[in-house]
Amino acid sequence: MEAIETKRLTKNYGRRRGITELNLCVKEGDFYGFIGPNGAGKSTTIRTLLGFLSPSGGQAQIFGMDIVKEKTQILSGIGYLPSETMFYGGLKVRDILRFSADLRKQDCRKEAALLCERLELDVSRKIDELSFGNRKKVGIVCALQHKPRLYVLDEPTSGLDPLMQREFYTILKERNQEGATVFLSSHVLSEVQRYCSHAAIIREGRLLAADRVERLGHTGAKRVTLCGVTKPPALDGIKDIKEGSGTVSFLYSGTPGRLLKALSEMELTDVTVAEPDMEEVFMHYYGERRDVL
Amino acid sequence: MMAIWKHELKTGKLSLCIWSFAIAFLLAVCVLIYPEMEGQMGQISETFSQMGGFSQAFGMDKLNFGEFIGFFCVECGNVLGLGGALFAALTGIGVLSKEEKDHTVEFLLAHPVKRSGVVAQKLCAVFVQVFFLNLINVCVTVGCVAVIGESPDWEKMALLFLAYFIMQVEVASICFGLSAFLHRGGTGLGLGIAAVFYFLNIIANLTEKVRFLKYITPFGYTEGAEIIRTGTIEGKYAAVGTLFAVVSICAAFWKYTKKDIC
Repeated sequence: MEAIETKRLTKNYGRRRGITELNLCVKEGDFYGFIGPNGAGKSTTIRTLLGFLSPSGGQAQIFGMDIVKEKTQILSGIGYLPSETMFYGGLKVRDILRFSADLRKQDCRKEAALLCERLELDVSRKIDELSFGNRKKVGIVCALQHKPRLYVLDEPTSGLDPLMQREFYTILKERNQEGATVFLSSHVLSEVQRYCSHAAIIREGRLLAADRVERLGHTGAKRVTLCGVTKPPALDGIKDIKEGSGTVSFLYSGTPGRLLKALSEMELTDVTVAEPDMEEVFMHYYGERRDVL
Repeated sequence: MMAIWKHELKTGKLSLCIWSFAIAFLLAVCVLIYPEMEGQMGQISETFSQMGGFSQAFGMDKLNFGEFIGFFCVECGNVLGLGGALFAALTGIGVLSKEEKDHTVEFLLAHPVKRSGVVAQKLCAVFVQVFFLNLINVCVTVGCVAVIGESPDWEKMALLFLAYFIMQVEVASICFGLSAFLHRGGTGLGLGIAAVFYFLNIIANLTEKVRFLKYITPFGYTEGAEIIRTGTIEGKYAAVGTLFAVVSICAAFWKYTKKDIC
């Protein structure tokens, strides 16, 4: 079953672009990353899926339910962490957690206590006294304490220190192994590469690619590093040239035969040909669009 | 499912206490100084009633200051009328828009709650707060009147308080309706609306030509002098006021259930 499925989902803010004809498919039980630069439309997609924004066109379903008609029912199975977590001033952490549970008509005290212990969150503190990172933790507990089927996390780790980030992902992995679906947006590619099994790349409101994370790396391009020279061979399909001291590195997307032929004519001390990492894949998709523009 | 309602009352508690005590304190002072004023009031009642436009503006041309209820209308009426209207306006204008201003709306609406339910519960919370403000003021007034040993016409006193309560409900409803359209807080707008309504009534009192303004301002039916003279709340003004309130509330439901939350 699809946890999230969108068909030509579009959202415009007046004349301003939001997202354009987005086709997204996230299977139940998946750990899905949604990658894109700032302003690409990640948050707009999430906010439309959660019903904060009404779509301008297209359709979307979550667990087979329509995001417009069955919004409330959908939300009861979702744990959402906004990118900027803000809470009501003057209240204590425990009041917020209780309010969130009350809104869901659930008693989550046991789970909340466990999560607070793992994330080292003091529930007796006032929200106004918390740092950005600690406020984020309150948001995480609110999103996780009712054990939803689907986690929708918008830039979840911003503001968390590396140790807490690891603990947070450990919890998410546990929930994922128990059958829950995780859908997270991020512009930190290494994070997506490390934890997600599938990912989609969005830019300027349009989906550029969506596949298994390792397959997204198979863009046809290789990262070629040459030692002993400072200029790449004169070939078509060379991009992202980085010159170092006595080395040159570039992305190559032509045929291997032509590359080998060109290299055989050069005075090289060493050659490495490797899969580009996620960062480069991202730049590849990003660059491709820029070339078109 | 009254979690939002309870939450609103909890977070609005401090504001309600401050406004209630401030208004109640002023009311108490006004009532408690009456015995001292009474003697002088009898003499200056005539003077007060002959101050032309000024007397008309505050309805003093129709009141007898020698009586407690006449004094109460002008002195306390202004305190409870204006103070109550300001509180009602602030509470009404902030209740929906503050969530967007403070970015807490994303937290709230990520829960399985219907938007119409959010509006209904928040509206209930506003009305309950306005009711408590008035209840506290009625209790304080009754207590202070007992202390000074006056025995005014309680039926008319009750009508006065009822008129102020209806007026505050109307102001709160109009501001609540506007609140649904705002993306940021509207404190200034709320205060402005309450103040404009108050001054519209004063202007309407001054000249026949603009008497129609009484249909617009809810202060039109809180005119103490008229309530005491006729023993009733002016039905036509109150009916128009109720209509404004109902339209505003409907607008709030209509707008909030379909608006984009950014």
